[in-house]
Amino acid sequence: MASKKTDAGYIQRISGPVVEAYLPGARLYDVVKVGNEKLLGEIIKIVGQTSVIQVYEDTSGVMPKEPVVSTGEPLSVELGPGILESIYDGIQRPLKVIEQQAKGVYITRGIEAPALDRTKKWVFKAKAKKGDRVKVGDILGTVQETELIEHRIMAQHEGKLEALDSGSFTVEDEIGKISSEGKIHPVRMMQRWFVRKSRPVSEKFPPVIPLVTGQRVIDTFFPIAKGGTACIPGPFGSGKTVTQQSFAKYSDTKIVVYIGCGERGNEMTDVLTEFPHLIDPNSGKPLMQRTVLIANTSNMPVAAREASVYTGVTIAEYFRDMGYDVALMADSTSRWAEAMREIGGRLEEMPGEEGYPAYLARRLAEFYERAGRVRCNGTEDRYGSVTIIGAVSPPGGDISEPVSQNTLRVTKVFLALDASLAYRRHFPAINWLKSYTLYADGLSDWFAEKVSSDFTSLSKAAMALLQKEAELQEVVQLVGPDALPEKEQAILMVTKMLREDYLQQNAYSDLDARCDIKKQYLMLKLIMHFATLTNNALDTGVQLKKIQDLPARTTIGRMKEIANLADFDKLHRDVEADFASLKK
Amino acid sequence: MKEYKTITEIAGPLVVVSGVSGVSYGEIVEIMLPNGERRKGQVLDVSMEIAVVQVFGPTAGISTDQTTVRFLGETMRLGLTTDMLGRVFNGLGEPKDKGPRVIPKEKVDITGLPINPYSRELPNEFIQTGISTIDGMNTLVRGQKLPIFSGAGLPHNQLSVQIARQAKVRGTGEKFAVVFAAIGITHEEASFFMRDFEKTGALENAVLFLNLADDPSVERIITPRLALTTAEYLAYEQGMHVLTLITDMTNYCEALREISSARQEVPGRRGYPGYMYTDLSTIYERAGRVRGSKGSVTQIPVLTMPGDDKTHPIADLTGYITEGQILLSRDLHRKGIYPPVDPLPSLSRLMNFGIGDKKTRDDHKGVADQIYAAYANGRDLRSLSAVVGEEALTEVDRKYLRVADEFEKKFVQQGAYEDREIERTLDIGWELLSLLPEGELKRVKKEHIGKYMKKQSKA
Repeated sequence: MASKKTDAGYIQRISGPVVEAYLPGARLYDVVKVGNEKLLGEIIKIVGQTSVIQVYEDTSGVMPKEPVVSTGEPLSVELGPGILESIYDGIQRPLKVIEQQAKGVYITRGIEAPALDRTKKWVFKAKAKKGDRVKVGDILGTVQETELIEHRIMAQHEGKLEALDSGSFTVEDEIGKISSEGKIHPVRMMQRWFVRKSRPVSEKFPPVIPLVTGQRVIDTFFPIAKGGTACIPGPFGSGKTVTQQSFAKYSDTKIVVYIGCGERGNEMTDVLTEFPHLIDPNSGKPLMQRTVLIANTSNMPVAAREASVYTGVTIAEYFRDMGYDVALMADSTSRWAEAMREIGGRLEEMPGEEGYPAYLARRLAEFYERAGRVRCNGTEDRYGSVTIIGAVSPPGGDISEPVSQNTLRVTKVFLALDASLAYRRHFPAINWLKSYTLYADGLSDWFAEKVSSDFTSLSKAAMALLQKEAELQEVVQLVGPDALPEKEQAILMVTKMLREDYLQQNAYSDLDARCDIKKQYLMLKLIMHFATLTNNALDTGVQLKKIQDLPARTTIGRMKEIANLADFDKLHRDVEADFASLKK
Repeated sequence: MKEYKTITEIAGPLVVVSGVSGVSYGEIVEIMLPNGERRKGQVLDVSMEIAVVQVFGPTAGISTDQTTVRFLGETMRLGLTTDMLGRVFNGLGEPKDKGPRVIPKEKVDITGLPINPYSRELPNEFIQTGISTIDGMNTLVRGQKLPIFSGAGLPHNQLSVQIARQAKVRGTGEKFAVVFAAIGITHEEASFFMRDFEKTGALENAVLFLNLADDPSVERIITPRLALTTAEYLAYEQGMHVLTLITDMTNYCEALREISSARQEVPGRRGYPGYMYTDLSTIYERAGRVRGSKGSVTQIPVLTMPGDDKTHPIADLTGYITEGQILLSRDLHRKGIYPPVDPLPSLSRLMNFGIGDKKTRDDHKGVADQIYAAYANGRDLRSLSAVVGEEALTEVDRKYLRVADEFEKKFVQQGAYEDREIERTLDIGWELLSLLPEGELKRVKKEHIGKYMKKQSKA
């Protein structure tokens, strides 16, 4: 990573975010500073002595013959204490610092803002000792970065630890030395990593632990695994962003990286306003303390949008290497793909499907492949994971388009958002017939052990009913509901309960926004028990109408608002008593 | 100032000038025709010697030998002052009324800079438009961008004028300043807006930019940006609350496609350029509230969906950027219902920030959700009863049918000059809900049923 001599050249041509410059000795993907205003850019193509540069800022007013200087380094992120609670743009410039430097609400050009505060002092506690042999990835010591998260400082070189000091340091201060093969490497809390290169791990494992999201439809029917990948395609207005935000708020992960990639400014403001007030249920501390936000809204420069996804996933990998479970939400990957298309178009590349570059599939696969549950680099056994959940915004909601299709090929969970569910305010608007998960088998042991042995079978039985409902609805469309036999009408009654009292979840209700996995089990069990009792009662000749009027149905309808899980016992008894009264 | 007589190529709205130096990207040029006519243009692509200029206006009459191109050394800027209120400008920002020359206080680049997401304030102040389907079910808040998705022949102009006339934040008495951008609309439509603004006295507080159907289509790229630059000035510099109406964005996108094809770019869906999403976002994202300023920019763009197709790229990309949409329905319009807002595909993403206790009323969310669910159900049953007949439906289902009908007649339907208070809107909602059995009302809070429903049944 040693930076070589910087090269200088000049601009030859400007066309929007793409600039051509005479820059001898330039290397592909090196970062350059363009023009008198020193706009940041990246070399994406080299032809002879000419470099083609994508510029991360608006190029209005830039002229040919203005200077171009290469930094001699590819685009990289700064990793170290101070990342959490930050809000960055696509190339890891802190938006807070940009506001101070720009002295206003607009993002002006040519601002250079270091990602990590150079003056802030952090209290470093050494864990390794002088004289220890260390490997790359070994934890040298820790910094309590926020009340929630302990930041673990990892060795970047293998060798003998010659010195290591506890104390109060800035991220650039030298806190120790590692010697290897006669060379001395200073130890600092900050390190840099190229965003387009994934961070190495010792070994990857199949995912066997669910990411409990607190969303019933997902945890029960379409669980996502820690270290897995999921995609959420849906037309506008179907609730992609609300679903992604729910993951960020309620999933049982240690670190959240949220990338607002080419989306709305006011949405990021919503996250920024809300997160500091959201309290982590386990620790009682604000959720913001575990969160990193990357905001490159739609009107911010398109090249930086292209970079934002890489910036985010590199930060996620860094926390994974400390041994943490990290969840990364990218909203939306379609905007990222469009950024590639836009830049590809400016480069006059031969387009693939729908104008997207031919390398779209490879880029998407590479990105999702950076997820995984891993044994981290280092001597000691340490496990971490990166889970990637990508929103996809297919034009017109039609997922036959290239971004959706290429995403589906690499992701293992498909959460199909459905506009018609959203219209009737059925949220989360996840279509239970179209969605799927490939993790169910791998996760069933965990559910059996941690929740209940019959959790998976209950969920399968409920899904079978919902599928039966879809068939019955087709008949109803032809002959009306009254023409069905009572047993089938009973199924429709139960599936209505499943839909309204179980699948629907109110993201704006304090009690229902996050549903504990145990509570999910109890709720599902109660509805399925109701279904069994209904079936039995019908067998003994009870009229369906009587069952429909049971008071227990209303209580079940309000069970989302139950706070104390012990109350379910009483509910259970109430339901049985109701049915017992029918027999008399 | 640099002048050249070296035009080498003219194609559609594009002119290629060679042998240039010191020209910057995005710079504004003035083109002097042999007959003395002057046109403006902007540099789209510049290399060591060649500049590609996009001309605002027709390229007819431009020649390669006798036309002079003058590079003005600055990007497109607009002179701004509060004196612009009450004035009418053309699509390039030149006065079109008979008023005096406008002397600007400052000049600002019209492309605007992106607002730092960190510097934004969350839009959460309820705007009462007096229209039930908007206030009750798709609430507009200050700083929101909420487009009207319409179709040819639907009353989107009446609706947007009604919103401009009635919009207010309750309890503040503050009036909105209106910035109106007409993009490629007809003289007839433009004069409808002008007449209405004059009649209601809104013109004093309005700035109008008119690019009409027979004005050059390339100008349409500029017009909305002039309007938004003005809106931002009035809002963030002068502390006013600005409502920006832009109609019709479809014409804007057509102009964008025209230029893109003239530049021989690789087209995206249906011939629209691949960067249309990014381009549209640089218009729509110029709405909001920012820290340290009292004012706000609220945007109501209107677009007519070709073939009433919501998945058409123009509507589709807009919907992905804006914070919801108000969708007008041809079915409701045919039934004679005004405003023909179809609430099901309509949406306001910021609604939940602007409603509830102290803002509108504590039952607002519950009522809206319940009506949504009930109306959606009623509409499904309508198609079912068309097949199997109403008799085959259950008793509860028949009630839902009735709710759907009453909803359209009482809740959606209102006069073009009827300004409904939010309480009235919600009360009508409760009247509708009282038609349903209480067990069906799962979205509203129990205590609200007692508090608001009883009042209704007595009334």
